[in-house]
Amino acid sequence: MHATTFAPWEDPEAKPLIRFQNVTKRFGTFTAIDNLSLDIYEREFFALLGPSGCGKTTMMRMLGGFENPTEGRIELSGQDISGVPPNKRAVNMMFQSYALFPHLSVWDNIAFGLRRDRMPKIDLENRVAEMLKLTRLEKFAKRKPHQISGGQRQRVALARSLAKAPKLLLLDEPLGALDKKLRQDTQFELMDIQEKTGTTFVIVTHDQEEAMTVASRVAVMDEGRLMQVATPDRIYETPDSVYVADFIGDVNIIEGTATPDGQDTYRIDWAEGQEPIRATSAHPFATGDRCYLAIRPEKVTISADRPEAAINAVKGKVLDIAYLGNISTYHVELPSGTVIKAQTANTRRISRRSFTWEDSVWLSWTVTGGVLLAE
Amino acid sequence: MRRFLLIAIPYAWLLALFLVPFVIVLKISLSDTALAIPPYTPTLDFAGGWAGLKSFFADLDLENFVWLTQDDLYWKAYLSSLTIALISTVLTLMVGYPIAYGMARAPEEWRATLMMLIILPFWTSFLIRVYSWIGILSQEGFLNQFLLWTGLISEPLIILNTKIAVYIGIVYTYLPFMILPIYAALDRLDESLIEAAEDLGCSRLSAFWLVTVPLSKNGIVAGCFLVFIPALGEFVIPSLLGGSGTLMIGKVLWEEFFSNRDWPVASAVAIVLLLILVVPIMLFQRNQQKQAEAEQ
Repeated sequence: MHATTFAPWEDPEAKPLIRFQNVTKRFGTFTAIDNLSLDIYEREFFALLGPSGCGKTTMMRMLGGFENPTEGRIELSGQDISGVPPNKRAVNMMFQSYALFPHLSVWDNIAFGLRRDRMPKIDLENRVAEMLKLTRLEKFAKRKPHQISGGQRQRVALARSLAKAPKLLLLDEPLGALDKKLRQDTQFELMDIQEKTGTTFVIVTHDQEEAMTVASRVAVMDEGRLMQVATPDRIYETPDSVYVADFIGDVNIIEGTATPDGQDTYRIDWAEGQEPIRATSAHPFATGDRCYLAIRPEKVTISADRPEAAINAVKGKVLDIAYLGNISTYHVELPSGTVIKAQTANTRRISRRSFTWEDSVWLSWTVTGGVLLAE
Repeated sequence: MRRFLLIAIPYAWLLALFLVPFVIVLKISLSDTALAIPPYTPTLDFAGGWAGLKSFFADLDLENFVWLTQDDLYWKAYLSSLTIALISTVLTLMVGYPIAYGMARAPEEWRATLMMLIILPFWTSFLIRVYSWIGILSQEGFLNQFLLWTGLISEPLIILNTKIAVYIGIVYTYLPFMILPIYAALDRLDESLIEAAEDLGCSRLSAFWLVTVPLSKNGIVAGCFLVFIPALGEFVIPSLLGGSGTLMIGKVLWEEFFSNRDWPVASAVAIVLLLILVVPIMLFQRNQQKQAEAEQ
């Protein structure tokens, strides 16, 4: 990896800004967070991703000081912060509902936290002006929250939480209330602001695309546990469990039994009467081990005839075509009844599409195209 | 035509139930007292024709209003009523706000029950509830018996027939009118606003002052008016609990009307009371309107 790439998590010397150490959080008999350990580094844009109820919001609320861990400790810059109330932490939060004070103007909302610190008037005015400029809200300073649009409210909430220059900014589904187009624009704006201010951001989201776009690292969570913590490309390309592979993006999962077949290569017997599949894996499998091959639809090639050089090729019938404009996803049914998805870019006009419903086609992929998973 | 009917109904209602009685009271307040049935002159008699009508209007004068300024009983009663209404409003707010706050913060499944407990006393007659306070507050009452039994006091406290009893009565009676609008305002308050305030450096207490109180302001204002307006003209509570020492305009009015049988002066007292009440009622209306606008 290149030396200037931002990757403090690969440096064993780096001190994390936040450290979760065997943290467990229970609400009554329900375990929201289950013995979880995690390091987050300074200047990171870290995403907690998972379905609702996976514990990601609880993690964030523990960082904000609204909940305390039942067991374990949470450190911020090396100091245990459990028991420290929210108003005594160098952590600010941007709430999902934005939680703007409806009785205060945009200006006063942003100044709210600074006033609590008894900042001198001149400094305070400068800081608020700076925040208004950063979020392009200068024109709306005098308006009340109900007099501005949803996107502007989102920026006020961001400006207000950044005004105190926190060590750590928590963002709880910050873009959830915006429509898709605005959300995409705002994602880049968030990244830009994060870079400009150099603040560590922790974002909670259930939108995997959002997490992939903005984050330097993504933690996929399920039922209070971390399933995988890695950069977006690693999460996508090399998921380490079927759960992660399935949660992030679209995927075909082929279940079978592995047999070692040369250096890091395995033969997978997966269906009666079908040729075995070949795939590489760094993770060792013994003969007869149950395994799952996860392969992304865009890594599956669709063609009318069997490609000569293809190692893995299966024949099937086009069952369905999902036309998304730029790409099309073909659902191909194999004789065994398994449906495999293949994606192609629509480089030609739709009227000249090569395949249509009920066509007999070949699907092929390379030995390294998929990921072989044990669970 | 349908629109006309739609507008006509509320206007007819106001005319019959507000304006007509008001004009009658106003007319009596401008008359002179007399030993007759009804006990005032002149009376409107259409048989007299145009001349009769003219002499009827000639007989009306502002004498009774002038009288109100001459006897200091009246302005003292107005002033005392204003003070009592004001103090009881503040007391009701002080008692009602924490109750409303507690209700709004209570677990969801408790709220209906708590609301029921607030409304329940209304199902008993108001008069009976005020009477029962006599049983509690009198020198041999439950409160004194209890305090004597615990040994906190050795002499029974004199509460009944003092202003304190009036305050207790008013606070008790009008408490729900204070609690309900404040509860409604607090119930709408988003919990995350308090968390946001704490996150930005507020302690629990300053978050309460800077966020909770300003955002329940409309409820507080509505509650205060709902207590202040009826408390100002209150008659039953001061006459049952306040004894002869408590001067309130409602009581004065009643005595003018039934003891002195001086209907014209009693009517003048009522007209002035109404004029005093118009100001807070209008302010109350404006507050309600502002609140409705803010919700849009």
